[in-house]
Amino acid sequence: MSKHTPHPDLLPPSTSVGVIGWMRSNLFSSWLNAILTVFAALVIFATIPPLIEWAFIKADWVGDSRDACTSGGACWVFVGVRFNQFMYGLYPEAEYWRINLAAVLIIVLMIPLFIGRFRWKLQLGLFNLVGYPIIVFFLFSGGVFGLEYVETSRWGGLTLTLVLASVGMAASFPLGVLLALGRRSTMPIVKSVSVVFIEFWRGVPLITVLFMSSVMLPLFLPEGTHFDKLLRAMIGISLFQSAYMAEVVRGGLQAIPKGQYEAAQALGLSFWKSMGLIIMPQALKLVIPGIVNTFIALFKDTTLVLIIGLFDMLAMIEAALADPNWLGYAIEGLTFAAFVYWVFCFSMSRYSMALERKLHTGHSR
Amino acid sequence: MAPQNMPQTSASKVPLWRQPAVRALLFQILLVLGILAVGYYLLSNTLTNMERRGITTGFGFLSNEAGFGILKSLIEYDETDTYGRTFLVGLLNTLLVAGLGVFFATFIGFFVGISRLSKNWLVARLATVYIETFRNIPLLLQIMFWYFAVLRPLPRPRESISVGDTVFLNNRGLFLPQPVPEDGFWLVGAAFAVAVIATIVIARWAHRRQDATGQQFPTGSVGLAMIVGLPLLAYWISGSPMHWEYPVLGGFNFRGGMEVIPELAALVLALSIYTGAFIAEAVRSGILSVTHGQTEAAYALGLRPRTTLKLVIIPQAMRVIIPQLTSQYLNLTKNSSLATAIGYPDLVNVFAGTTLNQTGQAVEVIAMTMGVYLSISLLISMFMNWYNKRKMLVER
Repeated sequence: MSKHTPHPDLLPPSTSVGVIGWMRSNLFSSWLNAILTVFAALVIFATIPPLIEWAFIKADWVGDSRDACTSGGACWVFVGVRFNQFMYGLYPEAEYWRINLAAVLIIVLMIPLFIGRFRWKLQLGLFNLVGYPIIVFFLFSGGVFGLEYVETSRWGGLTLTLVLASVGMAASFPLGVLLALGRRSTMPIVKSVSVVFIEFWRGVPLITVLFMSSVMLPLFLPEGTHFDKLLRAMIGISLFQSAYMAEVVRGGLQAIPKGQYEAAQALGLSFWKSMGLIIMPQALKLVIPGIVNTFIALFKDTTLVLIIGLFDMLAMIEAALADPNWLGYAIEGLTFAAFVYWVFCFSMSRYSMALERKLHTGHSR
Repeated sequence: MAPQNMPQTSASKVPLWRQPAVRALLFQILLVLGILAVGYYLLSNTLTNMERRGITTGFGFLSNEAGFGILKSLIEYDETDTYGRTFLVGLLNTLLVAGLGVFFATFIGFFVGISRLSKNWLVARLATVYIETFRNIPLLLQIMFWYFAVLRPLPRPRESISVGDTVFLNNRGLFLPQPVPEDGFWLVGAAFAVAVIATIVIARWAHRRQDATGQQFPTGSVGLAMIVGLPLLAYWISGSPMHWEYPVLGGFNFRGGMEVIPELAALVLALSIYTGAFIAEAVRSGILSVTHGQTEAAYALGLRPRTTLKLVIIPQAMRVIIPQLTSQYLNLTKNSSLATAIGYPDLVNVFAGTTLNQTGQAVEVIAMTMGVYLSISLLISMFMNWYNKRKMLVER
């Protein structure tokens, strides 16, 4: 008897593997799908090539006046000429180095935080949160160490956007955590104060908050108190976003099982210790996406300060659009702004996803 | 976890300031005192400041003559009307933007959200690109883009872009033909109302009959036929009591027809595209929240894909989608206040802007404006709580 030798396996039909197979299952699996694919492809072909042609191929990149824009595509010359203003606002040109220095400084200070084995992470993080803003404040406004005084009304451009956003984030986060704890508190007065505070800020649009901070704060304070416009906007934005932050953190607190609270109490930990060591690390980890979403919303909301007359990046662009020498380049200016904001927001959301994966230890679903 | 069975002596061993109840009481008293002190400080400052600046308090200013014009108003308004009326005009304009925005954003959101889950790779990718692009660009920038970069550079009225000489688009806005009802049009409206009521009655009857006998009744198609058919029939019987008024170029602009000013168009476009991206994510998360087992169980019971979707997936997905949807509607309403940036006469622009500047009644005006938004958001969250309660009961 001869030994049984099986036939070699047949190859899968060529229509179910490779490019063709992929296309069959993903693009043309049914008649409806085929029609949708063709339609989507038409949309892509109708938009993408003209867009690329406008933005890159036919675009004008170099020059210093609108005469350089002749080829009919995007006139990036407009952005190039105004670039410094978009970045630094009305800050005196000779002092740009201060802003650059601050930017380099924060990058250098942040790098160790991303290195796994760096030993002084907590200390450095605290310094970045507390010490760095003080340094930046004196660096930007000057008036000390022989630096020229630059009043805050001259701060502007992307610099102002970043200042507003980072102050807002740094202030709204701890405030939000406190409010969330207050809302979960068993003390009736603390609880109702937190609820009223949170619901009030969440119920009104940010614009009315900014209006209020710009017209009503001067009424609230004693006559003659000078209150910086930028500071007023910062307070408004921070209070507003802290309410949203509080709701996000509360979601995390509610997701922690009661046993964790009880276990912390049984160990004899004080309220703050049990919160800081047991509850918060778990709760905050659960709501990282929500926290980052709030930060992204805050970053986008900084654009609203243009309505109360601060010159953030969008306001600088709006001002540039009104320049009689550059009329008619709104698309270029706003596209550039959209791109910058998009890069910041998109990278924040991607970073939060990465962080979520890194911190995922199996507690969340 | 009250320490009921503890020996009484242990309570006295703990010093007074370490007892939780005492500490809580003390802390709350301090909080109340603090709030009262800050409140008193702010109030007294405000009163002295207002006195010094000669601002009178109270809402008397609402009956004064406003004396400024408003770009667009849903109700009759001119310069001689009162500040109270400007409030109403602004409020209605805000509600108009919010209503239109909610309508279009819902449509875009459901369309894109379902597309993102499509098995078609290209369609799903396009939806992802849409969501990731528009979610990450500030709304104000999008409003300005539509207004300054798209709608303002359109040709002048004389060189309007027109579709079949009935719809015109130019830098003054979008001009559409307007239906004008004539005498007897009420019959069509009445027919519509009758059809809606009849459909509800039939739906209830069909439901009861199915519970009792298991027989199904095509409520959906019959209802649709009635709602569309009856008004059409009434329209035909009563002799077409309606005509279209077309926009006509006269002088520097179009007259007649329906006019959509560019400010409104930009605002509605930006709001619905931006909020649509968020609604799409809500829809997606809702559909994904229904586990695959539910679909498989429905198939195992012999339900067809369509019926599965209608009876199993959508009702469960809605439980996740509706709360997120309402909060997006709320966001859209609040975001409509960005109208100020392009000069659309909404509540914030007309009332918290012009009226405040003219009267100087900062406290009253801001309080009224915030009150409007607060009541809208309270109403919506009341609805949400009601809905949640109702839906949660269905759960195990």
